Amino acid sequence: MLWIAIRMLTGDKQKFYGLVFGIAFSTLLITQQLTIFINLIERGASAVYSEPTADVWVMDPVSRTPDVNFPMPATALDKVRGVPGVEWAVPHLRAGASVRTSDGDLEGVSIVGVDDATLIGLPKRLIEGDISVLSQPDSVIIDDVGAGKLFENGADPIGARLELNDQRAVIRGIADAIPTFTSQVTLYTKYSQALNYVPGTRNRMTFVIANAADGITHEELASRIEEQTGLRARTREEFAQDGIDFIIENTGIPLNFGITVALGFIVGVAIVGLTFSLFIRDNIKQFGALKAIGVTNAKIRKMVTVQAGLVGLIGYGLGILATVAFIWGFSGNPDFKGFYIPWQIPLISCAAVFVILGLTGWLSLRTVLKTEPAAVFR
Amino acid sequence: MSQQVAITTRGVTRDFQSGSQTITVLHGIDTEIRAGELTYVVGESGSGKTTLISIMCGILWPTKGEVTVFGTDIYDLDDTALVDFRLENIGFIFQQYNLIPSIDAASNAAVPLIAQGMDRHEAREKARGMLEKLNIGDQADKLPNQLSGGQQQRVAIARALVHEPRLVVCDEPTAALDANSGRRVMDLLREVAVAEDRACIIVTHDNRVFDLADRILVLEDGLITHDGKEMPDDH
Repeated sequence: MLWIAIRMLTGDKQKFYGLVFGIAFSTLLITQQLTIFINLIERGASAVYSEPTADVWVMDPVSRTPDVNFPMPATALDKVRGVPGVEWAVPHLRAGASVRTSDGDLEGVSIVGVDDATLIGLPKRLIEGDISVLSQPDSVIIDDVGAGKLFENGADPIGARLELNDQRAVIRGIADAIPTFTSQVTLYTKYSQALNYVPGTRNRMTFVIANAADGITHEELASRIEEQTGLRARTREEFAQDGIDFIIENTGIPLNFGITVALGFIVGVAIVGLTFSLFIRDNIKQFGALKAIGVTNAKIRKMVTVQAGLVGLIGYGLGILATVAFIWGFSGNPDFKGFYIPWQIPLISCAAVFVILGLTGWLSLRTVLKTEPAAVFR
Repeated sequence: MSQQVAITTRGVTRDFQSGSQTITVLHGIDTEIRAGELTYVVGESGSGKTTLISIMCGILWPTKGEVTVFGTDIYDLDDTALVDFRLENIGFIFQQYNLIPSIDAASNAAVPLIAQGMDRHEAREKARGMLEKLNIGDQADKLPNQLSGGQQQRVAIARALVHEPRLVVCDEPTAALDANSGRRVMDLLREVAVAEDRACIIVTHDNRVFDLADRILVLEDGLITHDGKEMPDDH
């Protein structure tokens, strides 16, 4: 009977394609929007992810994220270094500045000052140049997305001179970095050089990044640093989450994406519900005949379940494929750099499809089950 | 021919609710349908003939009364047993055929066997044999919409007979046919659906085929007003 159920469904091509389209469209909308949402909010943690070595980030107690920070006195570095269990600790500066572009416009940039001696704080990989270029005067390394943004005309950024808060800067390398939430241009330079670029206040060191000695967990070290220095210390994972939470709490992004995801679900319910009920209505005489002949309600339930399952399987598969194609198709676009589909999202879409088909299938099934076999004689 | 009793109804009454009003469609029907006979149930629209055969074949519960089909009190069975009883013992031919449009004639005819759990290929082969018996074996692989009305009806007849039921119930089988085609269908039904241990009931108001019946029950306002070999003169 299940074979008959599948043939009944696939035989009505218009409705079959309509049902598959409804599920595929819902899956695409839910999966794609959730993927973009997750990848966007994860950019709140891009500064943490781009710095591959630090176990613990230490900051002023009022600092919240890599971008929402308050500078500390330079003595904070020594305090952190004095905490037992700290293998090493280096200064790290993150601050905003303005750069004048070649066409005369002002562009906001993020200056990242990394430790002069060790260069800890730089992204792991450079696309062009070598980290040694930072030893040359006025050197900065620009992030790859920022380079594309600042040199839209296709000019080679290497060797380009920038006017950075009235200071001279020369781009000598391009870093492979995760873009920030706002895709702002990021310039990496030595800590001492960064101090020149950032307008002066008495305290300018925004973070101390530290590593735990062997045998000490990151949590334990963070806790020790907080106790002994009075500063705020967050493990790498905690600080990444802080950046994400900040975006969730302070922007309308979750609501906007939530609305789109909800619309995807509602459109799915509407298209699939309407098409499924039309399909059932068109076949109600056949279902009635089957019931009269001697097909039990349990078998009818299985038939409708198989029909819904087939539509779900194909529609969901197409929706996921379309999402993958979308992400792959836009992977060359700097705005989508590093985007991936977290494994949980297809599961969420699958659950949504399950609910859509369960709900619409149940409503349609009620019609079939309520149909009296005697109706076929009327 | 044997006169084995196929169906017995005792005091069968059926009420329908229409708003707050109760309409009694059948008023205590007592009758017997015998195997080996082609029995017509005849009457005007609204006389209760469809209700009567629906009750006789176990798809509509009577408000009161008993129905015995080949010795089984069918409304004494639970729901599942009644459905199984229909699947094993009753074949249906619907006025509008109700074939499944997306499966071919052989698969349509095989539906009762597949519902009984027979392997699909085996069921199709058996159905093919029945279609050949009905002279449309060459149409077995065609979809219903590729068949003429008469051919579709033969597929519906094949579906009703493929599992060798003891009772065959037909609803207005000649309603959409011209006189000659209608008579051919009735001859065919007599040939394939009537046997010593098998009964065939036909609901019709097609007076062109009344002469082909072995027995005619006339229903008027929910009561059997005539039971005989021929139609009464006043009809």
